[in-house]
Amino acid sequence: MKVRLKVWRQSNPGTPGAFEEHETPDINPNMSFLEMLDVVNEDLASKGQEPIAFDHDCREGICGTCSLVIDGKPHGPHQGVATCQTYMRSFSDGDMITVEPFRAAPFPIIRDLVVDRKAFDRIMQAGGFISVRTGNAPDANAIPVPKIAADLAMDAAQCIGCGACVAACKNASAMLFVSAKVSHLGLLPQGQPERQRRVLAMVEAMDKEGFGACTVTGSCEAVCPKEISLDFISRMNRDYGRSLLQGEPGRKAGASDEA
Amino acid sequence: MAQLNSNIPAGPLAQKWENHKFSSKLINPANKRKYKVIVVGAGLAGSSASATLAELGYQVENFVFHDSPRRAHSIAAQGGVNAAKNYQNDGDSVRRLFYDTIKGGDFRSREANVHRLAEVSVNIIDQCTAQGVPFAREYGGMLDNRSFGGAQVSRTFYARGQTGQQLLLGAYSALCRQIGLGSVKSHTHSEMLDLVVVDGHAKGIIVRNLRTGEVTRHAADAVVLATGGYGNVFNLSTYARGSNTTAIWRAYKRGACFANPCYTQIHPTCIPVSGDYQSKLTLMSESLRNDGRIWAPKNKGDRRSPQEIPEEERDYYLERKYPSFGNLAPRDIASRAAKQVCDEGRGVGESGLGVYLDFSDAIARLGEDKIRERYGNLFSIYREITNEDAYKTPMRIYPAVHYTMGGLWVDYNLMSNLPGLFVLGEANFSDHGANRLGASALMQGLADGYFVLPATIATYLALQDTGKRPKTEHPAFKDAELNTMADIKRMLDCKGGRTPAAFHKQLGKIMWEYCGMARSEAGLKKALQLLPQLREEYSKDLRVTGSTSTLNQSLEQAGRVVDFIELGELLCRDALAREESCGGHFREEHQEDGECKRDDDRFAHVAAWEYTGAGQTPVRNVEPLVYEEVKMATRSYK
Repeated sequence: MKVRLKVWRQSNPGTPGAFEEHETPDINPNMSFLEMLDVVNEDLASKGQEPIAFDHDCREGICGTCSLVIDGKPHGPHQGVATCQTYMRSFSDGDMITVEPFRAAPFPIIRDLVVDRKAFDRIMQAGGFISVRTGNAPDANAIPVPKIAADLAMDAAQCIGCGACVAACKNASAMLFVSAKVSHLGLLPQGQPERQRRVLAMVEAMDKEGFGACTVTGSCEAVCPKEISLDFISRMNRDYGRSLLQGEPGRKAGASDEA
Repeated sequence: MAQLNSNIPAGPLAQKWENHKFSSKLINPANKRKYKVIVVGAGLAGSSASATLAELGYQVENFVFHDSPRRAHSIAAQGGVNAAKNYQNDGDSVRRLFYDTIKGGDFRSREANVHRLAEVSVNIIDQCTAQGVPFAREYGGMLDNRSFGGAQVSRTFYARGQTGQQLLLGAYSALCRQIGLGSVKSHTHSEMLDLVVVDGHAKGIIVRNLRTGEVTRHAADAVVLATGGYGNVFNLSTYARGSNTTAIWRAYKRGACFANPCYTQIHPTCIPVSGDYQSKLTLMSESLRNDGRIWAPKNKGDRRSPQEIPEEERDYYLERKYPSFGNLAPRDIASRAAKQVCDEGRGVGESGLGVYLDFSDAIARLGEDKIRERYGNLFSIYREITNEDAYKTPMRIYPAVHYTMGGLWVDYNLMSNLPGLFVLGEANFSDHGANRLGASALMQGLADGYFVLPATIATYLALQDTGKRPKTEHPAFKDAELNTMADIKRMLDCKGGRTPAAFHKQLGKIMWEYCGMARSEAGLKKALQLLPQLREEYSKDLRVTGSTSTLNQSLEQAGRVVDFIELGELLCRDALAREESCGGHFREEHQEDGECKRDDDRFAHVAAWEYTGAGQTPVRNVEPLVYEEVKMATRSYK
């Protein structure tokens, strides 16, 4: 089969980009979407043209690096998978496929389809952790964790940090990402001591990065490759409200006591 | 010849680590602040080391080529992490984990290192749990375990089929905390391209910013490499596409010895190759072998669908050949058994390169829901890739390159023969011998980063005068930077006809054909003719488009591929010199009934290769493996 690509090209962050059209060489329906791009890039290189830059690494849906908007949908047509787990058998011979980067002001474009998602790291640095130094942990079975809590924490913890939630949101809100981390740690007994300062610090960092507000349309959940539930956003809102009322004034997560 | 002193502490095996920690040097907190340590890589080993060193008070700079430290390929480990907790009360102990690991490595690892690994395994589980890693629990709230290959106890802790992800995110969160506190400086999109050696000590690195192309110099009192394994030398593997050997290869070319490169692991349960376009192979976790039964048709060329093949015409070959371990035989053994079955013409699937992993018995026994709870995500990955439902029809699996036990040589302190250069995790060679057991890579990465390096690095640092740390204006930095720039220019100016990807593909074919699951003298000699030719063609016919001043993925790949070609040659050379079979290294000339035949008289040693210059034959140094407590025996899983 062959498809046609309408793909975003932009040589650097400062130069305006534009769509470019390419016809693929003959491809196999069992190729992954990224393998199809590999083939297109080999073809471009053989013609002396610059290959299309795109982010990818593990190619098994877990590292969170790949990041394309395919025909208007982050990570392509299927639910619960990342771009790297999208296969060409989902398209038909002769299709025109539009390929764009994740678009959001806090995710500036670096080149072509590659965007800068460091804002997520900065939110994590503000409070996405439990402050436990190496060596001062009690025996792992000293604190029993109910299976239900552990399972729910795991549901949230499997977020791969890809940013599809932001790309899908009309407001570029990062609430699903942030709420997944807040819920993962807040559901476990180990996470309780810092629960309030964590949610305050992470939400503050999120706002500072310029992510928009959440209006609960659910587009984030719909495109999440790990199908992280919108329920975690309500959980975080409750935690945030309670922390605002009870909060620890003047305290910032990350400003450690032991320094 | 390089000096290889393993620095194994004296005393009985079980007390070596305690004694060593006591006799190691300490640096007082006020002085720790003055030392600067560079850590390259942010997988399990790199993140945990960066965070822990920063907690101790050292100034840490962390470098990754990814856009975020959370992307390292440790994230893709599925099955679990071993620890000698004996929570199952099934007879496990530090000694048993130690012995299983030594035996699993086919008696080619260092006794003292492996014992230490087993000792700190219990601390890893405590540490990760305290960080909030959501390990699987039983209804009573206690941690759950499962079984893995090469062991008869259940000691594997897991978080669904995403244990590596959860452990990495735990270490990443510890790292994030330190970055937030300002005690770790994080450099992302930053690829190490050279090691800087001053007066015989590793004192810095040369880095290229992958976004801007800028090349910069970084000086420190010690350099830590935690950059993972080199399995992508085979091109097709379960590694991430970006996983590369560049950091350790360039350190090798600066004088660090490369130990046992021929010890590569082929994982028995991967989804078979489907076409020439394929860019990677996907692992199906070894944990599946807890409930899945592996079989192939008894008759050659049996093309019937699996459901049509009656029970008596199926060969459950692992259960038949290894009745006491059955489907949980170690990886090297299970992989070779699959290859034998397919070589006999009994393979399944279109290519004939596959065997069945069948869950129908387990589903009948436990119900589909239980299997879904245990392995649901793996079954969905399988479905996405193959378009087949493994609840209804058996999975097809075939071995694929998965891990490399070899790596840079290190002593008991994890320091290479180049003073000041420390190597952690898969990038070093020390703990897995000739074969790694499942769920032991995560254990080793975290052991090295959380517990070993933070205790051993002070012995080196205490002897360094921070006031005399070489400045980046030192000629050694300037030379290394100029070399790096010249390499980049050469690649861009070559303007040949073939892309880096094309060269990588060709390299992979040579390596898999002549240095894969079975190796022979004739094949290896052939590879040693082909690889220098490929290196030559590369230098003449490479085509890299674009420039160096922006993100240029073709240029990044070009630099990595040439290192793989050179490493491939060393790998074949090592495989040729090791005239025995052990673990993942199988020489056709040395076997007994299809099993590995070791030669302890001639090869009970580590081979540590020393670079002697471009085009020169490297020197093979030897570190004898002295076993004080364990007796080397023929491995038996029968």
